[in-house]
Amino acid sequence: MSMKTVFKRTPTLKDYPTHYCPGCGHGIAHRLIAEVIDELGIHGRTIGIAPVGCSVLAYDYFDVDMVEVAHGRAPAVATGMKRTNPDKIIFSYQGDGDLAAIGTGEIIHAAHRAEQITVIFINNAIFGMTGGQMAPTTVLGQVTATTQNGRNANKGQGYPLQVSEILALLPGAIYVERCSVYNPAQIRKTKKAIRHAFELQVDGAAGLSLVEVLSPCPTYWRMTPSKAMKWIEKDMTKVFPLGRFKG
Amino acid sequence: MCGNEALAEAAIIAGVDAYFGYPITPQNEVTAYMSKRMPEEDRVFIQCESELAAVNMVYGAAATGKRAMTSSSSPGISLMQEGISYLSGAELPAVIVNVMRGGPGLGNIAPSQGDYFQSTRGGGHGDYRTIVLAPSSVQELVDIMPLAFDLADEYRMAVIVLADGILGQMMEPVVLGKKLQRKLPPKDWALTGADNREQNIVRSLWLKEGALEELNYKLQRKYRRVEKKEVLCEEHEVDDADIIVVAYGVAARIARSAVTKARQEGIKVGLIRPITLWPFPSDQISKIADEWRIFLTVEMSCGQMVEDVKLAVAGKAPVVFYGRPGGGVPTLDQILENIKQLTIPAKSG
Repeated sequence: MSMKTVFKRTPTLKDYPTHYCPGCGHGIAHRLIAEVIDELGIHGRTIGIAPVGCSVLAYDYFDVDMVEVAHGRAPAVATGMKRTNPDKIIFSYQGDGDLAAIGTGEIIHAAHRAEQITVIFINNAIFGMTGGQMAPTTVLGQVTATTQNGRNANKGQGYPLQVSEILALLPGAIYVERCSVYNPAQIRKTKKAIRHAFELQVDGAAGLSLVEVLSPCPTYWRMTPSKAMKWIEKDMTKVFPLGRFKG
Repeated sequence: MCGNEALAEAAIIAGVDAYFGYPITPQNEVTAYMSKRMPEEDRVFIQCESELAAVNMVYGAAATGKRAMTSSSSPGISLMQEGISYLSGAELPAVIVNVMRGGPGLGNIAPSQGDYFQSTRGGGHGDYRTIVLAPSSVQELVDIMPLAFDLADEYRMAVIVLADGILGQMMEPVVLGKKLQRKLPPKDWALTGADNREQNIVRSLWLKEGALEELNYKLQRKYRRVEKKEVLCEEHEVDDADIIVVAYGVAARIARSAVTKARQEGIKVGLIRPITLWPFPSDQISKIADEWRIFLTVEMSCGQMVEDVKLAVAGKAPVVFYGRPGGGVPTLDQILENIKQLTIPAKSG
């Protein structure tokens, strides 16, 4: 009986053992980006930017030229790269601590200047690498290492920050969509969004494209992987509604 | 041209591909000049949202192998320290001009040399060095820019050009056009797209046991090479001098006039002017200290370089200090008075 290969690693994804926790969403997001890079045939001219956070080692997985940058500064680094190399495809991969806390200034201003870069924003509502502290995107009531009784806006802990909605207000952000990976249908939608975000850059569209991905962190949500997916669908999307905000 | 404009044009001649800046006095002429000239040359100019962004844009452009620079003044340079540490860890070439002003804090906008420690000790976190070049005239500022870019590329290091408010604002005639011809190593590490080659990675995180220690030893070996090969310093009337004034930048210009006047009055005094503050001309100073003399360090600070002078002299001779901080500029007469106050003991032997 002959065997037929029906599923394989996409070339831009390296054959490398994962360091992510079981049930983590980074692996899915990595694969979707790698597939898009291969489908668009831009592997040889793509430069990726790894953030500070769980995905700091993204260059262990993506087989493209990559740079690791200071916490939150990816959009500024991307700006320096794209302006001096307009023929290259520049993407940053950032978590919510990176993009929505320490790097708020950089993402707002990169969008404000209409930088022609692609940003993949992984929102898992928590600081993963440092041990599950509150992120700006942590939802109200969510228990974290630094909101042990649940996030409470009345106790000075703030409200969940809706970055995509804010960025969509800026003329320089030409495409902003929030997706998720909680089921296969959503994963396919996310891939379409990522593909569109890259295509805009390939076509030289005049502005920044960002795809926010609601992604599970079972470890610090203290949930099983399947429960984490359900939590995104039932709870997280209430605070962070899915959809296209711009473009 | 004023110093700020002259250094900007010199950077363009030296082949800077991208300039990233944020307004701060007293270096605003650099940003304004670049905003006009860089687009004319079809190169990149960005007025950034902060010095943090500026230094990280430099990081991004440098990672792709481009010649990138930023300029700022003291408080802005403090903000850039995170980026300078990352540039150093990732071994990226960059040129950073600091037109120093008075500090600490917001300080004032008067000229100062208060950032000597910050520049020569690394400034950010971790065990690293930056090359620090300290010109004392607008012409030297112009001549130092191509050297700064070449040193950055040759050693894959951040190079600080340390000027001050006087040098930035001062107008002097200059001859432009000097280019260096160093043979530079190819930038095969640069991120240009992994097209038919292995992936390149620019990083400063090394988690594997011993890996970061090894990186640090590698950096230190590089720094020793820089110390051996790249020291620049000017000696003036040193040979027969009983008193050696050590000063850099604008302070050295005033000190030089004081030396001339003291000589006219029969005092045997000379001047050592470090042009590279790191690597510091320790060997040169140590050699001069072998013959017994008095060292007078003059700075526009409360005494920072004087520590390096003391380390170089290593107890072989007395080292005294005169300086004015916070925007105060030592006058010729003040330096002369300090020279005259020194008692020269009879030489032994």
